[in-house]
Amino acid sequence: MNRDNDKGKVLISRSLILGGVQLFLLLLLIFRLYYLQVYQADKYKMLADENRISTRLLVPPRGRIYDRNGELLATNRQNFQAMMVAEQTPNVQATLDAFKKIMPLSEAEEERIKKDLKKNRSFVPVKIKDNLSWEEVARIQLNAPDLPGIIIDEGLSRDYPVGKEAAHVIGYVSSVSENDVKDDPLLEVPGFKIGKAGIEKLFEKKLRGRGGNLKLEVNAFGRVMKEIEREDGIPGDRIDLTIDARLQKKAYELFGEESGAAILLDVNSGEILAFVSVPAYDPNLLTQGLSVQDWTELNENERKPLMNKAVSGQYSPGSTFKMVVALAALESGVITPQSRSFCAGKMFLGNHAFHCWKEGGHGYIDVVQALQHSCDIFFYETAQKLGINKIAEMARRFGMGQVVDIGLENEKAGLIPDTDWKLRRFGEPWQTGESLISGIGQGYILTTPIQLATMTARIANGGYEVTPTFIPAGDDRPELKKLPVSSENVALVKRGMFDVVNVPGGTAFGSRFDYKGMKMAGKTGTTQVRRITMKERQSGIVRQEDLPWKYRNHALFVGYAPQENPRYAVVVLVEHGRGGSAVAAPIGGKLLLEALKLEQQPLKAKD
Amino acid sequence: MYKFYETSFKNQPPTFREKLQNLSMAYILIILILASLGVVMLYSAANGSWHPWALQQLLRFGLGLCVMLTLALIDVRFFMRYAYVFYFVTLGLLIAVEIGGHIGMGAQRWINLGFIKLQPSELMKIALVLALARYFHSSSLQNIESIKGIIAPILMVMFPAFLVLTQPDLGTALMLIFTAGAMFFAIGVQLWKFGIVLLGGLISLPIVWKLLHEYQQNRVLTFLNPERDPLGAGYHIIQSKIALGAGGMFGKGFLKGTQSHLNFLPEKHTDFIFTMLSEEFGMIGAVFVVLLNVLLIAYSFGFALRSANYFGKLAAIGLATNYFLYVMINISMVLGLIPVVGVPLPLISYGGTVILSVMAGFGIILSVNINRNINIGKE
Repeated sequence: MNRDNDKGKVLISRSLILGGVQLFLLLLLIFRLYYLQVYQADKYKMLADENRISTRLLVPPRGRIYDRNGELLATNRQNFQAMMVAEQTPNVQATLDAFKKIMPLSEAEEERIKKDLKKNRSFVPVKIKDNLSWEEVARIQLNAPDLPGIIIDEGLSRDYPVGKEAAHVIGYVSSVSENDVKDDPLLEVPGFKIGKAGIEKLFEKKLRGRGGNLKLEVNAFGRVMKEIEREDGIPGDRIDLTIDARLQKKAYELFGEESGAAILLDVNSGEILAFVSVPAYDPNLLTQGLSVQDWTELNENERKPLMNKAVSGQYSPGSTFKMVVALAALESGVITPQSRSFCAGKMFLGNHAFHCWKEGGHGYIDVVQALQHSCDIFFYETAQKLGINKIAEMARRFGMGQVVDIGLENEKAGLIPDTDWKLRRFGEPWQTGESLISGIGQGYILTTPIQLATMTARIANGGYEVTPTFIPAGDDRPELKKLPVSSENVALVKRGMFDVVNVPGGTAFGSRFDYKGMKMAGKTGTTQVRRITMKERQSGIVRQEDLPWKYRNHALFVGYAPQENPRYAVVVLVEHGRGGSAVAAPIGGKLLLEALKLEQQPLKAKD
Repeated sequence: MYKFYETSFKNQPPTFREKLQNLSMAYILIILILASLGVVMLYSAANGSWHPWALQQLLRFGLGLCVMLTLALIDVRFFMRYAYVFYFVTLGLLIAVEIGGHIGMGAQRWINLGFIKLQPSELMKIALVLALARYFHSSSLQNIESIKGIIAPILMVMFPAFLVLTQPDLGTALMLIFTAGAMFFAIGVQLWKFGIVLLGGLISLPIVWKLLHEYQQNRVLTFLNPERDPLGAGYHIIQSKIALGAGGMFGKGFLKGTQSHLNFLPEKHTDFIFTMLSEEFGMIGAVFVVLLNVLLIAYSFGFALRSANYFGKLAAIGLATNYFLYVMINISMVLGLIPVVGVPLPLISYGGTVILSVMAGFGIILSVNINRNINIGKE
């Protein structure tokens, strides 16, 4: 009985302890709540916002590129894409099959679509096909009842209205690659494209603009619930170029099936009006992404459509170099305007015979006639008397042997040899014979078409240091520096160039024109790609047309117009074009004539 | 005036009218408030919709209310009389589920009664309390303090706990053991015996660790370091803490919790409903819920102390402790104080069995209070 009483007492005290412990533990929870909800609230509020707010970059529209007359060279085009939202269709495969009936999909495309559908959550739109035409969009919308889950999405994609013709000036944009410097978060945006060549690359920063920000509320699965905040970006700047789209188109067309490069520029400002490298690629295709097959084809084409021959192609200047040799000789006094040489068709240096292109020889001729007929013997003798270093010095003054730096990638410096260079490069002294062939622009000498354009412009403007450019000079054009050559000597060389075109017997006589009294001056060049062997000389020269394309001579023409106060200079290089007179000079003539004609035509209204 | 722990002895059962008068209205009111909060939160969990949870929960609560009131009006001696029968029937059901689970596909923890899925383990929480209450009611203190006297009740605990553990349901097994432990303590089992059991437990911890399923091991490891698996099991705890913290003092407002409505918070309608409540109603709301539960448990203990019979006292203490464990484990778990063990917050979390089982418990506690003056012999 006593113990029974104890049982009750124990139970009461123990129950109170038990209840007290439970009360204590529950109150502990309140302290924990205080710690989490008040003490650490700020930290967790931030984490909650990080969870729910997703920031997306808004891609600004890329700046447009215009020619000198306000014609569009690069713009942005509405790009219609068909997308599929998996959760909006009862059967993904059925919808895909229905889509295929309207628009065929390749097996590779279907594979990619299925992979994307699997990878993404069911509310994320997956691209089915892009670059749809209006007609295709209409067809999809007409069949909408059979295509549940298919939506049409509008984006912007780069468009080059001038296409191939301006490809090597404008370049193209393409997806960001691993090697590109990621200096802007925009580059991380899927599908973002940046300039990979040409002006698109040169002015990438200006054209790109600045990305905007879009703050979205998303749920745990990434689905967008609502827009919180939008900060628009800044569109890319417009770029105006000196290019004239009409001349650009004309230059490209003049080449026809040939391969090469042509540049037409203003001799006083250096503004480039036409700049082509032929054949070219279609920048629209490169921007959309090429198939492996198309890419291989572009890469392996022997006429190298991906190479910008105007700045990256290095060629012997051939006879177009003779003006530089003549100027060097006149300046140094090795010859005078009256000096004559006798051309017998060949000359000897030791045992070695040097041939003029004209087998019978030109007889007695002075410097103007030597330029007109492009006599080799005259320039062999002149170069022999002059020495290579004086020639090299003059060539550099006229822009050769160094990059002109017009801003395009892969611009080459060419090569202007001298005695030091020979010693450095080969460890051997310069040979007189090497001076001789340098005198006709062959041997070690290499130039790019843009260097020849620079040279021609500097001769045409009377010896002023003009530099080619794609950027309009504007009103505050700096005064041009006079090169250290006498105006009289330049005028003499120009007379020779005028005779080349306008006097019977001149090598470009066939390409002359007279447009309202305006005439052209110029110089042709034909450079050997392979040596002519002794045996061939004896058995008669093999006709160029009978050689395989890649062994044929390069054809060159440099010229300017009009003859009085020249405004335009042109350089034309036709790779393996056989002869400068026959192939390059006509292109150069037509291009200069077109430029003169266009000056007279009223422009289309600018936009 | 009476002291609340003093009991007066009277041996005739109260009439039906007296029973109704003695129903603790405050107690029922607290339950109603908590259950209403649950329905409100389930309405929010469905982004402001009665479907699929809130309406269903309301119906279940209604059923639970009927069960509670029915049990409250039953004579407490009835529970005592059938305590062992109830215990063994429930044990049988547990074994049946165990065997059925092995024969059928995977682990099955319930018996389908059509309108509700009956979980024998849930029933066992009540059955064990009643059986132990009856056993200790009849034992003398001498008997209880002897080793021999506690072998039978220990077996009564160990057998169902083992069965539940193998289901596997660690949470329920621990609750059975803790509830029983509380009753052992209350009736006067010496503290050193608890010390021995604790020591034995610590020694056998490595063995138990090996017996745990890999996912259970992961839960413990993840609890110890949530960053270990930020996208997997640790994700729950991290997101729960973010939701709580983001709720702050006053909360984000009803239906405005971003963590829960944007689905960052997992299981927001079941185990993590307290987190959602705290996000939307802030610390104010959370403390309100904790205090209501403190009140509910305090009332239960008060009823236990006022009861004239040991069976009633022990049954009320056991059932109150069982409810306390639910609340304590669930809230500690969502506050990141203990590993996630999958214990719901009764009355508030969505789930039929739990609501019926705790309401049945409240019914018995009410019955203990109504019949507090009945003196029951040792038999």
